[in-house]
Amino acid sequence: MSLLELKNVSKIYGPLKALDNVSLTVENGEWLAIMGPSGSGKSTMMNIIGCMDKPSLGEVILDGVDISKESSKKLTEIRRDKIGLIFQQFHLVNYLTAVENVMVSQYYHSMPDEKEALEALERVGLKDRAKHLPSQLSGGEQQRVCIARALINHPEIVLADEPTGNLDEANENIVIDLFRQLHREGTTLIVVTHDPEVAEVAQRTVVLEHGRPVKEIINESFEE
Amino acid sequence: MKKKKMFLRMITASLLRRRSRMLVALLAIAVGATILSGLVTIYDDVPRQMGEQFRSYGANMIFMPSNGGELSGDSLQQAKNRIAEKQLVGYAPYRYENITVNERPMMAAATDFDGAAKTSPYWRVDGAWPSGVGEALVGKETAQTLALNVGDEVTLTYDLDKTPATADEAANTERNQNSAAFHVAGILDTGGNEEKYFFISIEDMEALTGKADCFDMAELSVTASQNELKTYADDISQHTDGVSARLVKRVTQSENTVLSKLQALVLLVTVIVLLLTMICVATTMMAVVTERRKEVGLRKALGASNKSIIVEFMGEGLLLGGIGGLLGSVFGFIFAQAVSMNVFNSSIQFRWLLIPVTVVVSVLVTGLSCLLPVRSATDVDPALVLKGE
Ligand SMILES: Nc1ncnc2c1ncn2[C@@H]1O[C@H](COP(=O)(O)OP(=O)(O)OP(=O)(O)O)[C@@H](O)[C@H]1O
Ligand SMILES: [Mg+2]
Repeated sequence: MSLLELKNVSKIYGPLKALDNVSLTVENGEWLAIMGPSGSGKSTMMNIIGCMDKPSLGEVILDGVDISKESSKKLTEIRRDKIGLIFQQFHLVNYLTAVENVMVSQYYHSMPDEKEALEALERVGLKDRAKHLPSQLSGGEQQRVCIARALINHPEIVLADEPTGNLDEANENIVIDLFRQLHREGTTLIVVTHDPEVAEVAQRTVVLEHGRPVKEIINESFEE
Repeated sequence: MKKKKMFLRMITASLLRRRSRMLVALLAIAVGATILSGLVTIYDDVPRQMGEQFRSYGANMIFMPSNGGELSGDSLQQAKNRIAEKQLVGYAPYRYENITVNERPMMAAATDFDGAAKTSPYWRVDGAWPSGVGEALVGKETAQTLALNVGDEVTLTYDLDKTPATADEAANTERNQNSAAFHVAGILDTGGNEEKYFFISIEDMEALTGKADCFDMAELSVTASQNELKTYADDISQHTDGVSARLVKRVTQSENTVLSKLQALVLLVTVIVLLLTMICVATTMMAVVTERRKEVGLRKALGASNKSIIVEFMGEGLLLGGIGGLLGSVFGFIFAQAVSMNVFNSSIQFRWLLIPVTVVVSVLVTGLSCLLPVRSATDVDPALVLKGE
């Protein structure tokens, strides 16, 4: 069984169809990139997969559960237990240090564990910045804290919306390397991006236009 | 438990690292708590303070002859001795006699001037209080009628026989009279009946009338509660021959009226201050929540339930309430002390109980004012974190 299955999903805002009858299957452990022009519905799709929004029509089966029918309380639980989120704007709690920001995610999931949080920061190369506030970190460093936070609870699926949109090339490469590691460990990855370089490294790329998938590219030269 | 530790770590970080915003809320709570605990202290202390003020504002008990006759010095002394010495602020016996000045009928009153100064502290004297034999204090009205000024001489005449019934009789009969000259030491201004009298010393009155050891009444100023006063009065009336003790109703009653009005005022101000504090805290918390919508969305996206969002904001609010209450109970005492020193000229005792009470009230009030703002925090949509705002 696939980890994620979208069946004829539409999201309708008045006259606008942000998603228009989308069907998509993502296998366990797959690394998928989503591309498309601005306003094509990429973030809308991520919100629905990430249990932060519900489709107007269609079904979304995540790990055997139809999340389009669940209550928002149940969605919160699913989000907490199965999903790791990475955003374009780094979205850290600005009065908490790097390590505390990682611990917040643990706090809602299960138990805060500073040692584990520090290990996660070490993994993204930020061990020596653990006690810094977000305002004392560069954009790239902030994004790496977000990645550490997204990984700390070992989610089944990591959703990243333009994770490199605000980063320079060096930091972009660090993030891509981290995605490679995650993929090797078997985490399912869905990455929204405008950047062809970020899409190229994925196994498969889906291109959205006007809320519809118009193209699918399989990366033949993908190396495990 | 580790979860609790993280919770505390988050809310203290929020308070400590976001100082300016939280300082406003803290200030509102602390000021509210200060005024609250200050006013409660004053409210609590006002009866004692006012009691002292009123007691020094004149007599609250009088001794009268019980059988319609006269009071002897002995029986007055006996009655007076039944009151604990330290509660007796002032004591002044009075004796009234009809006299004439230049054939005009007038009233003379004999008293102990030191005592009168204590039982009637509101008497205003132009010139000086009489300090010895042959000196008189003249009521303002009488002084005007007779055109007397401070330093003048005046002769009081006492009829040793019955006072003549008509002017005709007074002119024709041979009368047995006694006269004495007095030096006007001061003019008395009270706004009351006293302005009609000549006040002279007891010795002078005895010399003028040839009659000693008889009084018409005595005024007393006693520091005691209404109940205690009543017990004293009953006790004296029962155990002292010829003396009936009564409370001066007019003064004590108005004292109680003023007291309850003052307390009601303090209570009203307290309630208003509480309301204002709540509004201020609620507004600040509303601003805090709005300012932190993104953070709330993020927390929700990370899996926070509505309950944990409420618990976190409430935690911050209540912590602020506690700190504000603690500050308020200390500053409140200083405030009450300052008021007391300025208005009543006496100091207040610190009450330890006021600290926990102020803290609890302040926490409750803060919690109450946070309810609405915090509820609005749960409306935040987690999807907003993916929107490029
Ligand atoms: N809450 C909403 N109400 C109405 N319209 C919305 C809402 N959210 C999104 N839309 C519309 O849906 C369409 C898709 O939006 P979406 O955010 O998914 O685009 P996107 O592909 O992520 O674009 P970008 O690359 O600029 O981030 C847009 O036209 C947007 O205006
Ligand atoms: Mg988008």
